[in-house]
Amino acid sequence: MNSKVKLDDLNVHFGGTHAVKGVNIDFPANSVTAIIGPSGCGKSTVLRAVNRMHDMTPGAQVTGRILLDDTDIYGRGVDPVAIRRKIGMVFQKPNPFPAMSIYDNVIAGYKLNGRMRRDEADEIVESSLQRVALWDEVKDRLKSNAMELSGGQQQRLCIARTIAVRPEVILMDEPASALDPISTMKIEELIEELKERYTIIIVTHNMQQAARVSDVTAFFYLGELIECGVTKKIFTTPDRKQTEDYITGRFG
Amino acid sequence: MSDVTASHRWKIEKGLSGDFIFKAVTVLFAFSILVILMLMLYEMVSQSLPSLRKFGGHFMTGMDWDAVQEQFGALPFIYGSVISSVLALLLATPLAVGTALFITEIAPRRLGGFAASLVELLAAIPSVIYGLWGILIMTPWLQQTAQPLLQKYLGFLPFFQGPAYGVSMLAGVLILMIMVVPIITSITKEVLLAVPRSQREAAIALGATRWEMIRMAVLPYGKSGILGAVILGLGRAIGETMAVTMVIGNNPKISLSLFSPAYTMPSVIANEFAEASSPLHSAALMNIGLLLLVITLIINALARLLLWSMSRGAARGAKL
Repeated sequence: MNSKVKLDDLNVHFGGTHAVKGVNIDFPANSVTAIIGPSGCGKSTVLRAVNRMHDMTPGAQVTGRILLDDTDIYGRGVDPVAIRRKIGMVFQKPNPFPAMSIYDNVIAGYKLNGRMRRDEADEIVESSLQRVALWDEVKDRLKSNAMELSGGQQQRLCIARTIAVRPEVILMDEPASALDPISTMKIEELIEELKERYTIIIVTHNMQQAARVSDVTAFFYLGELIECGVTKKIFTTPDRKQTEDYITGRFG
Repeated sequence: MSDVTASHRWKIEKGLSGDFIFKAVTVLFAFSILVILMLMLYEMVSQSLPSLRKFGGHFMTGMDWDAVQEQFGALPFIYGSVISSVLALLLATPLAVGTALFITEIAPRRLGGFAASLVELLAAIPSVIYGLWGILIMTPWLQQTAQPLLQKYLGFLPFFQGPAYGVSMLAGVLILMIMVVPIITSITKEVLLAVPRSQREAAIALGATRWEMIRMAVLPYGKSGILGAVILGLGRAIGETMAVTMVIGNNPKISLSLFSPAYTMPSVIANEFAEASSPLHSAALMNIGLLLLVITLIINALARLLLWSMSRGAARGAKL
């Protein structure tokens, strides 16, 4: 598989803390890569480095390279805003904009491109909601407030909002950890469908989830990448002792 | 054995009576606020009675204020208070929200903290100092520089006509604006800081620039809080006495022009109460105080209603 995103000796420091230590990974295109590991192992930090979210954190310092196709996103003259349009992100807690309707939430990011025609917006909203399987549930109340949706629906709305921008890569930071089992299942089905068009990197605490949805799994411990490989192999015959201990529940 | 039982019982009784005393004292304190308010209202109504009897509803529409003829109408004061406060707020709100956005969103943390403490310092300056500055520095500047310029370029508008005295409605508006900016800024700052990180990140992750993030996530989230800050500013502006009295000119006339002197409700009370010799004159001043209280209560009630309807909309969303 050809790689879509490539981390090349990635290091992240917060003040004096070395949170991510010399990580190299290839994230293959049109597949799901799961990042697993115990709390505080740096998995979210790695994820947030990929769309330059750390730019917003005072004191955070990212070194090394992250290649999107062949562009170093931390390279000179690269606009982080343009990068984030290509690399979308879904967060742990659903975070729709509470002052906006369902419709306006979906179109919020796309609208930043500038003026658009009404029918163009309608089309984007419908296709994005279709793709996250939310259209049938909300098509009669697109103008009502996004906070009226359930938690699971809100999270699918956030995914719709992300894909409406037409990114190439979608980062997901424990997207189902705040949801009930049925909503979680729907999100997982959705991830499976989304990988046809997008490259997905998902951070998860839930090892069953990683085993179910991902093609490749990367295991992190204390800021280091311990092992990365095909999911089936990681969960059956890992190379490293630490990986085996973690997936069998002996620590973490 | 019996010893243990005794001490156990003693503890229970002690706890109960402590709770009872605490409850009684807090209820008393809470109730006393209500009693003080009622007494104040009663006293104001009873002291205004001569004026209420003589002028009735005409008191609010009357244009004359003549202590010698004992003709009292409060409309010029109501007009002066309402117009000066509202115009001051219109000017102050963008300035204050902009300052708060600079402190929370744009400035590096240390500079933001410095700016925030400066703003808080402004809020702590006694109003008589603002008044002194206004009368010694601002009004001469208005008279010699600002008003001639306004007249030259915007003189075709009725708001900028007439002789430039310096002391004027314009001076009152400006001094009030300067005085309410700190309060609106510091509350808006707190409101903006309370916008969750997840909201900002949602916008940033969609590829929003800093300004787009502010417009998309920060301001809409803080909308009702900012409105609350503006209302508090209005409360301060409408009750402000000293600084306004010093610069507004204290002339009970209604004029469209911002250049002409005006008069506010608190100002006339402060200026005339000590020398009000006739009972009707003091009753009329008391009546103005009553009106001011009622107007303030109405503004507060409207603000509550507005905030309540906005938060109810959000709560309804969260519940379903």
